[in-house]
Amino acid sequence: MAIPFKGTKEQEEQLKAVIAAHKGEKGATIPVLHEAQDIYGYLPIEVQKMIAEGLGVSLAEVYGIVTFYTQFSLNPKGEHPIGVCLGTACYVKGSGDILEKLKSILKIDVGECTDDGKFSLDATRCIGACGLAPVMTIGDDVHGRLTVDQVDGIVKQYS
Amino acid sequence: MSDKVNMKINGIEISVPADYTILEAARENGIDIPTLCYLKDVSKTGACRMCIVEIKGARALQASCVYPVSEGLEVYTNTKKVRDQRRVTLELLLSDHDRKCLSCPRNQKCELQTLADELGVTDIPFEGEMNEYDIDDVSPSIVRDNNKCVLCRRCVNMCKNVQTVSVIDTMERGFKTKVGSAFDMNLADTACVNCGQCIISCPTGALREKDNTKEVWDALADENKVVIVQTAPAVRAALGEEFGYPMGTAVTGKMAAALRRLGFDKVFDTDTGADLTIMEEANELVERIQNGGKLPMITSCSPGWVKFCEHNFPDFLDNLSSCKSPHEMFGAIIKSYYAEKHGIDPKSIFNVSVMPCVAKKFEAGRPEMECEGLRDVDAVISTRELANMIREAGIMFNKLPDEEFDQPFERASGAGVIFGATGGVMEAALRTAADTLGGKSVEEIEYHGVRGVDGIKEATVNMGGMDVKVAVAHGLGNARKLLESIRDGKADYHFIEIMACPGGCVNGGGQPIVSAKDKMDKDVRVERAKAIYSEDKASKIRKSHENPDMIMLYNDYLEKPGSHKAHELLHTTYTDRGLF
Repeated sequence: MAIPFKGTKEQEEQLKAVIAAHKGEKGATIPVLHEAQDIYGYLPIEVQKMIAEGLGVSLAEVYGIVTFYTQFSLNPKGEHPIGVCLGTACYVKGSGDILEKLKSILKIDVGECTDDGKFSLDATRCIGACGLAPVMTIGDDVHGRLTVDQVDGIVKQYS
Repeated sequence: MSDKVNMKINGIEISVPADYTILEAARENGIDIPTLCYLKDVSKTGACRMCIVEIKGARALQASCVYPVSEGLEVYTNTKKVRDQRRVTLELLLSDHDRKCLSCPRNQKCELQTLADELGVTDIPFEGEMNEYDIDDVSPSIVRDNNKCVLCRRCVNMCKNVQTVSVIDTMERGFKTKVGSAFDMNLADTACVNCGQCIISCPTGALREKDNTKEVWDALADENKVVIVQTAPAVRAALGEEFGYPMGTAVTGKMAAALRRLGFDKVFDTDTGADLTIMEEANELVERIQNGGKLPMITSCSPGWVKFCEHNFPDFLDNLSSCKSPHEMFGAIIKSYYAEKHGIDPKSIFNVSVMPCVAKKFEAGRPEMECEGLRDVDAVISTRELANMIREAGIMFNKLPDEEFDQPFERASGAGVIFGATGGVMEAALRTAADTLGGKSVEEIEYHGVRGVDGIKEATVNMGGMDVKVAVAHGLGNARKLLESIRDGKADYHFIEIMACPGGCVNGGGQPIVSAKDKMDKDVRVERAKAIYSEDKASKIRKSHENPDMIMLYNDYLEKPGSHKAHELLHTTYTDRGLF
């Protein structure tokens, strides 16, 4: 993985407390993963190992669960998380092409984060801005009525 | 006896135990239901939908492998609806399967191929996207090819629930679902112990051993090499199955003949190595007991178990016997004592071990397994690979005469033979330790308390006035249970035998593949062990220390068990490998 793990001692203590609170419960892995993702923002191998060892389940099982549910992320969010709406309205207005353009500019796939930690890319469901379709969000900013040609310039504003 | 229920299958009235599934009831009454994800005692998930049947009054077709029988149940296993749906399910499975059967190692031994034949699949009408996976062949023991995987999860259930090694699981979801290790690691980078139980659980060619036959063929063709082969006790108990003999037939003589015809310069028996292991291990046990050494002492013959211990129970590493496993010991003796005695340059010797095991491939590559820069063993092939070599060489196995092993090591004891079954190493060690501790030859040499297929066996043996408490565990899930009970202070023993594979080496990961159907009808562990125990019974010498080759070896070369020389050649060390 490109992004080095930057977990702090405080985060580790928090996670240990979460594991201790759930240990021995049936089906503890998923709630612990949720809380771990709240603590770290994502679930890298270092965190999954702590959970596996702490709960006495295998790393393979933990990873299997993380990759099964789309809410769990293996990659950190970037400084500027980008979301491209793939809801019906945006999609028919060409948000698929916007997404492809972003992938090629940032050289990452959906769910990933750039090596410098600046941008992460997600495909989202409808965000309720259908009137502005196609739409992408960067952080809290909404960019609507997009064309593929505009994407590069918009991303540059955040670089 | 459990209660019985009356039911009907295909209109025939039958009476079966109330705890049966429909699948078991049908099979017992001569009705075959196709299965794929079901594996007796290992995997029962109802996931593949091959075993679906029609049940009177039920809304949909039901998976018979998980459907319990009940009074008055009416089942139909062979209606048009059932047959059509099974076939469509199989066609869909095959539509995303790498169908290069001709070059697949499981060709003609593949349960998927057999199903396609039996269910009348003549065409795969579904064409669409196919998954493409890299083949993981980094491990020295196991190759995983997910392009051949049918997601039955038999390997996962074996690895996770039976062995509790848990380095593979299902990943991702939907069309992208696959079996693999966390973070797409190669098996070699995980805590995989290389037992290969996943291989013999797999219905297809998705899991196979790392093929080392090429190295062996190359060595055999090299005139400057002295190629020496040794075969483990469990190999003779199963090799015959590859050539049509019934399970449990010992083919020792034909195997020796076949090896000679393959061109090996010397054909030796790993049982001699096993006798040597007992000499050293029994001595180590007696010393630990008499001198207050670390107890319980645990056997170290099974490389799957050793690696499992190194990952999961590092606090028990001092309990492991320092003895190398029999084939490694024998390899070291061949390149030292034997080479010296016969004026052979040890550098020209190429040692081949035929093993029922794929973890032996990993073991042979461990850095500790060498002496003065010479590897103890140069190549390890499984029973299956030996069978392939015999076929490739055009040797008609069934027509071979029975031949002996080569001198000077042709006389292994019965104690060496039983190493191949769970409890065997323990029994062999007890035969020698009892004589040593008691100071006289003990007549009663069959220790039935440590035989059989119970997961954990315990016995107390009086030796020389002392009660020695022993335990035997086979299958790593049982080993885990046993060690945890010792860790928690709930049990204590003097001596423990642990084998990674359920049933011991006879059911090793390198043994001939037995289909899920055959496993429903017979217990592989029991049948193959019969061959082993009958060979022991027929042996004139049944104690390792009474083997004249051992007496000669120690007189000529090693002096006594545990000597400096013995330690140099025959003992090893272990490493804490961490949990992941």
